[in-house]
Amino acid sequence: MAQAGKIQSPPPGRQRERPEQRLNVIGTRMLRKEDPRFLAGRGRFIDDIMLPNMAHAAALRSPHAHARIRSIDKSAAQALPGVVAVITGEDAAKETGPLPCFANPPVEQRAIALGKVRHVGEPVALIVAETRYIAEDAAALVKVDYQPLPAVSDMVAAIDSRGDAVLHPERGPDNVAEHRNYVFGPVEEEFARAAHIVKRRLRWSRSGGQPLETAGAVASFDDGSGKFVIYVNGSMYNYVGFTIATALKVPSHLVNIVPVDAGGSFGSKLFLHKVSVLAALAARIAGSPVKYIEDRIDNITASDNHGSDRTYDVELALDADHRMTALRYKVVDDYGAYFQYGLGTHGNGFSQTVGPYKIRAVGAELYAVFTNKCQQGACRGFGSEVTNFMIERIVDAAVEDLKLDPVAFRRDNFIRPDEFPYQIPTGNLYDSGNYPGALDMALEMLDYEGWRQKQQAARTQGRYVGIGLASCQEKGVFSATEFWMLNRDPGFALTSSPESASIKIDPTGKAVISLHAPCWGNSPETVATMVLAEQLGIDPADISVAYADTDHGLPGTGPGGSRYTVMVTGAVTGAAAIIKGKLKRVAGHMLEAGVEDLEFRGGKIGVKGAPGMEVTIAEVAMQAHFFRLSLPDDPELTSGLEASYTYDHPLATLPKSDSDFGIFYPIMGHMCHMPVVEVDAETGQVTFLDYVAVHDCGTMINPMTVDGHVRGGTAQGIGTALLEEFRYDGTGQLLNTSFQDYLLPRIGNLPPAVRIGHLVTPSPYTEYGVKGAGEGGRMVAPPAVVSAIEDALRPLGVRIDAVPVTPARLRTLIREAEATRGVRRR
Amino acid sequence: MSDLEVNVTINGKAFRRRIEPRLLLSDFIRHDIGLTGTHVGCENGVCGACTILLDGLATRACCTLAVQADGRTIETVESLGRANNLNALQRGFWEMHGLQCGYCTPGMLMLMTELLRENPNPDRETIRARLNDNICRCTGYEDIVNSVARAVELMRSGQAAR
Repeated sequence: MAQAGKIQSPPPGRQRERPEQRLNVIGTRMLRKEDPRFLAGRGRFIDDIMLPNMAHAAALRSPHAHARIRSIDKSAAQALPGVVAVITGEDAAKETGPLPCFANPPVEQRAIALGKVRHVGEPVALIVAETRYIAEDAAALVKVDYQPLPAVSDMVAAIDSRGDAVLHPERGPDNVAEHRNYVFGPVEEEFARAAHIVKRRLRWSRSGGQPLETAGAVASFDDGSGKFVIYVNGSMYNYVGFTIATALKVPSHLVNIVPVDAGGSFGSKLFLHKVSVLAALAARIAGSPVKYIEDRIDNITASDNHGSDRTYDVELALDADHRMTALRYKVVDDYGAYFQYGLGTHGNGFSQTVGPYKIRAVGAELYAVFTNKCQQGACRGFGSEVTNFMIERIVDAAVEDLKLDPVAFRRDNFIRPDEFPYQIPTGNLYDSGNYPGALDMALEMLDYEGWRQKQQAARTQGRYVGIGLASCQEKGVFSATEFWMLNRDPGFALTSSPESASIKIDPTGKAVISLHAPCWGNSPETVATMVLAEQLGIDPADISVAYADTDHGLPGTGPGGSRYTVMVTGAVTGAAAIIKGKLKRVAGHMLEAGVEDLEFRGGKIGVKGAPGMEVTIAEVAMQAHFFRLSLPDDPELTSGLEASYTYDHPLATLPKSDSDFGIFYPIMGHMCHMPVVEVDAETGQVTFLDYVAVHDCGTMINPMTVDGHVRGGTAQGIGTALLEEFRYDGTGQLLNTSFQDYLLPRIGNLPPAVRIGHLVTPSPYTEYGVKGAGEGGRMVAPPAVVSAIEDALRPLGVRIDAVPVTPARLRTLIREAEATRGVRRR
Repeated sequence: MSDLEVNVTINGKAFRRRIEPRLLLSDFIRHDIGLTGTHVGCENGVCGACTILLDGLATRACCTLAVQADGRTIETVESLGRANNLNALQRGFWEMHGLQCGYCTPGMLMLMTELLRENPNPDRETIRARLNDNICRCTGYEDIVNSVARAVELMRSGQAAR
C-alpha cells in the first residue's frame, strides 16, 4: 500500500541538463521548422502517397449493430469492370490473424468481420478496384445475408446481457469485459470517520479525437523479396509496429512501415493496425499497391478510437475542517465492441486520481462493458481527462453542499509546494508543482473580484453570468507499465517506453536529425532542432529533420500521453553528448590540446582561456569525415560524425501490487482554468465572455507552440463540454455520422481569446526540466466550463452532472429546476 | 454516362481532360492533376479543408463536380508563395503559429485569400466572421485570427508579397 505524502528520500534522477542554466535557444519563440512546407501545400499526408499501378480499396460497412453473417455473395461486385478483388472476412482469415490487443486475455478483433458484426460501420468486406469510385460502386453490389442479433446499446443493461446479446461469448456469459475493485489507502476507515460525505452521479458521454484527416494506409508487396512496405499515418510503428507483421502472418523484418505527416490525431492515430493490415492484405491479394483511406463515415463509425464513455457514482469524504480525506467511486465504462487497450484508460487515471489535492485514500470499482458500438481507443487525455472531470465535479459538489468558497476550499486542500516529490495513494509520484501559485496567477489574470462584481450587476439585470474554476493535473510521460498493470494476468508485461534520436553531422558541418516517431501535428522538428542548436551552438537553419521508417528505426514510442517533447529532448541531448565527445577528441588533435582544456563556444570548439584558438564544427566535421590518416589509430575516431541515443523513461518503477502501482506517470504538469460565460436561459446557448488558462509544464522549449497546444486543447475541451457526442440509439445505430451533426467547435463557439499564463516549475527528473503539455487544455476545460455554467445558473438552482451540455440539455435542466424549485426566471 | 471533356485553368495553367461526370473537383485536383495541397476532411462541405477559389470565389471542392469547373479558373494553395518564398498571408500564418498539423491550412489560406481580396484591411471581427466557415481541430482559431491580422500588417507595410 502506498502512503500518500511527501517522499522523504526521493528516487535519484538522471537529469544532466539542469533547468536553471542560461539557455540561448530553448525558451525562445522560434518559428516552426514544419510550417513552410505545410503552408505551401507541400505536406506529405497519407492520401498524397501515389505509387505506380496503385489500386484503391473501399470498405463495405455493416448496417447492423449486431448480426451473424450467414453468407456473402460477391459475384456481382466481382463482375463489375475495374474491380480487382472483393475480400471478405473469411478470405482475410486465410491470410491474417487477429488484430493486436493489449488486453489480456485479448478480445479477438479482425480487420474484416469474421462470422459476426459487432457494431455499425464494422468492415464486412474490402473491395479493391482501379479507382475508389469503382470500389464504392462494387461495395453496393456485395450481397450480405445477415441474421440480426440483439443489440446492446445501454451500458448498464450490458452488465446483465445474456445469450445472443453477448458480444464475445468466449469471454464469459455476459458483456462485462472486466469488473475490478481497487483500494488505495484506508478508504473504509476514512469514510467511517468522515464528518461530511458528498455524493454525485456523473455522466461523461463518448466523443472522439476526430482529426480533420482520417486514418489510412498505402501498402505494396514485393513478390520477389516477400516484403511489405506500408505507409501509414499512425504513430507507434517503431514501438509495436512488429505486431502488424504478426497480424499479416509474416516475420517482422519483412514489413517496413513508413511514416507520413498526420493531419491531426489527438490519440486516434496512436496505433493504426486495422488500416495497415487492410491495405497490406489487399496489396498481397491484388498484386499491386493498394491505398485504403477511411472516409469520414468510416472514421466516425469504425475508427477504433472513440473516447471514454462513463457513468460515475462518486463519494467524497471530508473531515470537520473541510479537508478532503478519501474518494470512492464506482464507474461503468462503455468500451464498445472490442477492448484494444484493455483498462488502460483507467490505469492512466490512477496516475492523478486525487488531482492536486491531499486526498489520502481512493477506492475504485470499475465495470468495463461491451456494447455494440465502435470500440474505445485514445482521445487526448486517455481517460485522465474524465478523471479530472470527476474530481473537479465532486469538489464543486462539496462547495455547493457545504456552502464553501470554491477558491479557498481548493487552496486549503492543495498539496503544498514544499511537499514534492509527493506520492499519491495509487503509488504514482508527482515530481514537482506549485498549485497555489497557478491558482493565484489565474485569479489575478482574470480579475476574479472584478468579475464577481460584474456578475452581481448582471444578475440584477436578469443576465446569467458565471465564473468557472478548475484546477487539474496533466500527467506526462507514461511508463509502459500502465498498459498492463490493470490486467488480472499481466500478459506481456513490458516496461520500456523509450524514445530515440539519431544525429548526423555531414562533412560541411550541417546536421540531420532522424526521429523515430512521426510528425503528428505537434512540433517534433522544431523541438529537436532547438535542443540540438542549444547543445551545439549551431544555427537552427543548419539542421534538418528526417523520419526513420521501421527498417531504419531505433526504439521509439512516439507522441502520445504528453510525452514526446520530454522524451525527444532527452534523446537529442544524449545523442548530442556523444557527438560533442567526438568533436572534442578530433578538435583536440587539430588544436593540439587536451580534451579537458576544450570548450564549446557558439558553433566552435576552442581552448579554454585562449581566444582565437578554436576550430569550427564544420572544420572538425570535415576532418572527422575525410582525414582519417591525420588522426591517431584510435577506435573512437572512426570516420564520420554521427550518433544515436535511446532515452528511457526518466523515472519509473515496477508495480508492487494492485494497491500500489509504483511510479508510472510522474512528470506532473498542472493547470488552472477560469472561464467566464453567459448563459441565455431562453435558448440554452453558452457564450464565453472571458477565459484565463494558467499552465505549468515546467521549462518550455518553445512558448509559442506551448500556447498553441493550450489554445487547441482548450477548444477541444470546450467541444467535449458543449458539443461533441457520438449518439447511438437503443438499437446501436449511430445517429450522427458526419460533421453536420457531430459538431466540432467553430470559432463562434469559443472564447474571443484564451488568455494564457505560464507558471514554470521545472521537473527535477527530465532534461532541462521539461514537462508534457500536449493534452492539457482538453483535460481541464470540461469541468471548468461546466462549473461556469452552473455558477451562471445558480439563481435557478441548476446542477450539471453530465457533458456535453448542449443547448437542448441545458434547457431541460432549466425547465426541471423551474418546475421542482418553483423558481421563475426574471 | 460517358466521359466528358473539361477545360480548366488551374493556377494559371490550362488543362484539358476527359473525365467521368461524377468526378468530384477535389479528387480531380488532387489525383488527376496531382496538386495534393488541397485536402479533403469531412466530405460533405462542413469543414472547408478542401476550399479552393473557383473564379475567385471560395468553394468547397469536395461538393463540386469537376465538370462544373469547365471553362472556369481555379486557384489552389499551390498558387500562393512557395515554401522558400511565402506570401504575406502564409508568412502571417508562420509567424503567428496559425497552424499545427497543417491539414486545414490550405483551405484556411484560400478562404482568407478571398477575404483579403475583398477587403485588404479587415478588422478582427471581420476575420472571425469569415473564419467561422471552416474548421480547424488543432489551433482553437485564435492564432489563425492573429495570423491574418499579421498578414494585413505585412501587406500594408510592404514587407511581403500579396
